[in-house]
Amino acid sequence: MRATVGASVSRETMTWFKKRKQNLESVPVEERVVKTENVFVKCEECDEPLYKRDLEESLQVCRHCGYHFRIGARERLAMLFDEGIYEELDAEVISIDPLSFVDSKPYPERLEQARRVSGLPEAIINGTGNVGGHKVYAGAMDMLFIGGSMGSAVGEKVTRLIERAMKERAAVVIFAASGGARMQEGTLSLMQMAKIAAALAQLDEARLPFISVLTDPTTGGVTASFAMLGDAIIAEPKALIGFAGPRVIEQTIRQKLPKDFQRSEFLLEHGMVDAIVDRREMRAYIIKLLDFMMNPDIQRDSEQSTQRRSTYQYERQ
Amino acid sequence: MSEIPIENDRSVETQKSYSEEELSAFKHVHLARHQDRPYTLDFIEHIFEEFVEVHGDRRFADDPAVICGFARFHGLPVVVIGHQKGRDTKQRQYRNFGMPKPEGYRKALRVMKVAEKFGRPIFSFIDTPGAYPGIDAEERGQAEAISYNLREMAKLRVPVIVTIIGEGGSGGALAIGIGDHVLMLENAVYSVISPEGCAAILWKDASKAPRAAKSLRLTASDLYQQGIIDHIVQEPPEGAHAGVSETARSLDTILYKCLGDSLSFSAEQRLVRRYAKMRLLGTWGEREAVSS
Ligand SMILES: [Zn+2]
Repeated sequence: MRATVGASVSRETMTWFKKRKQNLESVPVEERVVKTENVFVKCEECDEPLYKRDLEESLQVCRHCGYHFRIGARERLAMLFDEGIYEELDAEVISIDPLSFVDSKPYPERLEQARRVSGLPEAIINGTGNVGGHKVYAGAMDMLFIGGSMGSAVGEKVTRLIERAMKERAAVVIFAASGGARMQEGTLSLMQMAKIAAALAQLDEARLPFISVLTDPTTGGVTASFAMLGDAIIAEPKALIGFAGPRVIEQTIRQKLPKDFQRSEFLLEHGMVDAIVDRREMRAYIIKLLDFMMNPDIQRDSEQSTQRRSTYQYERQ
Repeated sequence: MSEIPIENDRSVETQKSYSEEELSAFKHVHLARHQDRPYTLDFIEHIFEEFVEVHGDRRFADDPAVICGFARFHGLPVVVIGHQKGRDTKQRQYRNFGMPKPEGYRKALRVMKVAEKFGRPIFSFIDTPGAYPGIDAEERGQAEAISYNLREMAKLRVPVIVTIIGEGGSGGALAIGIGDHVLMLENAVYSVISPEGCAAILWKDASKAPRAAKSLRLTASDLYQQGIIDHIVQEPPEGAHAGVSETARSLDTILYKCLGDSLSFSAEQRLVRRYAKMRLLGTWGEREAVSS
């Protein structure tokens, strides 16, 4: 059901921004078709019927109980940027199969399937545009692409996003949605945590903003690398956020976990996030943060040191 | 390499259908976890002099799963940090099986900043099944502690030499694993997830761990090929536990070389090189951009 909701939104929002590199995705026509007889969907939380058009207008948030439906990466970016307009970047960076990994199916097949089901080239989409008039480099992750898992391509895309922002003296915003590192790429996936954190260290020294938005769910290697390194960390309501997954914790401590454990509200209470922000208020909230953080006087001072190190951008052996 | 006691493992005993490769990868896992394998404190004893342990993260507690202290390495004052496992039941519990909580990572970073302040090189030793997955660890920000270490270690101006001596368990290992040189003992393993955890998720069957061990490419030679580690430290044929001082000697030799290399650069050069090294991590594809 989630897929069809997402598809209907994406067809609406597609008209809002430039269709760049659209021919990169190959979603078969039959998978894009929204079942038109389903004009209503049931809220997953309160069971109230929701008129689909209303749900789209309320950014996939239930009007009765405030439940936030999961949404796709492209919808996310369209909701962030001014007039929903952005330029997609780094779509050419894709996962390959460095370890010849086979579980229930070979990894290349799994990737092909993920591309088909999600309509995306990777588990993160990079884009640039303006947010409240500020130049922003944004990434949005998508659970439909192998559980939003982070492999080498995701790590490379996030790193490029950060490096571009440094070059352009711009801000970085990333919407996390991930089950963690991508097992099919083994230790290479783990190393993406190091790579991204190193890039964020430079962004930090360049005194440029990184705003991290945690959406349902944000766990594992993504939480333990960039997601918790924001100058501001914002969570959507009731999102599952943690390092270890709830099942792993239950198995380790051999007891049931409390219901609100590892939810946004739990993290706020324990001092781990700056704020919980309703999706309908998210863009306005981010603009306020950018208004505060983007300070040309401060950022000019640190420009020199950034330029020195950015000589390594995009260099490969 | 032939006398590995994997017959103790019931899961392997009941499943005889593993290939040579799978069993070989799993032997490394067993050796890395061997109960007599030298731990961080053993290497400190063999390689460093005048070790002085320091404690606490100055925020919440002291985590016995992480050891930190000042020592001398070939006469030079240095900082040593590392995971610490326990050898008997009581010690294992005290060390929480080498699984740090956030305070362990925060202690390590605190001491690394002391090293930076006084211009002393850092040696980090990795040996953990992973960061502790528990309620208290989550409450105190396990993910934040790990990620903050990753970012801050990338900025350290002093030489940082990392050695994976046993188990390199995912983010819990990496959290003290960013450095100028990354060494790995021949039978150590370093992985994004334990073979058992991987098998449980991908095949819904933890007893398929040998298969996962092979698939994850987690041995020293695998990781060297992937460009993740820089040096492999030889162990005696039966494993490091069969010759601790011998293993420590080979490790010492390589550590000394690596430190010499790191010290030959200025702090600025080290930072540039460290970033360049991390920037290359990963294997991805690039298809031709299609414009419409
Ligand atoms: Zn509802």
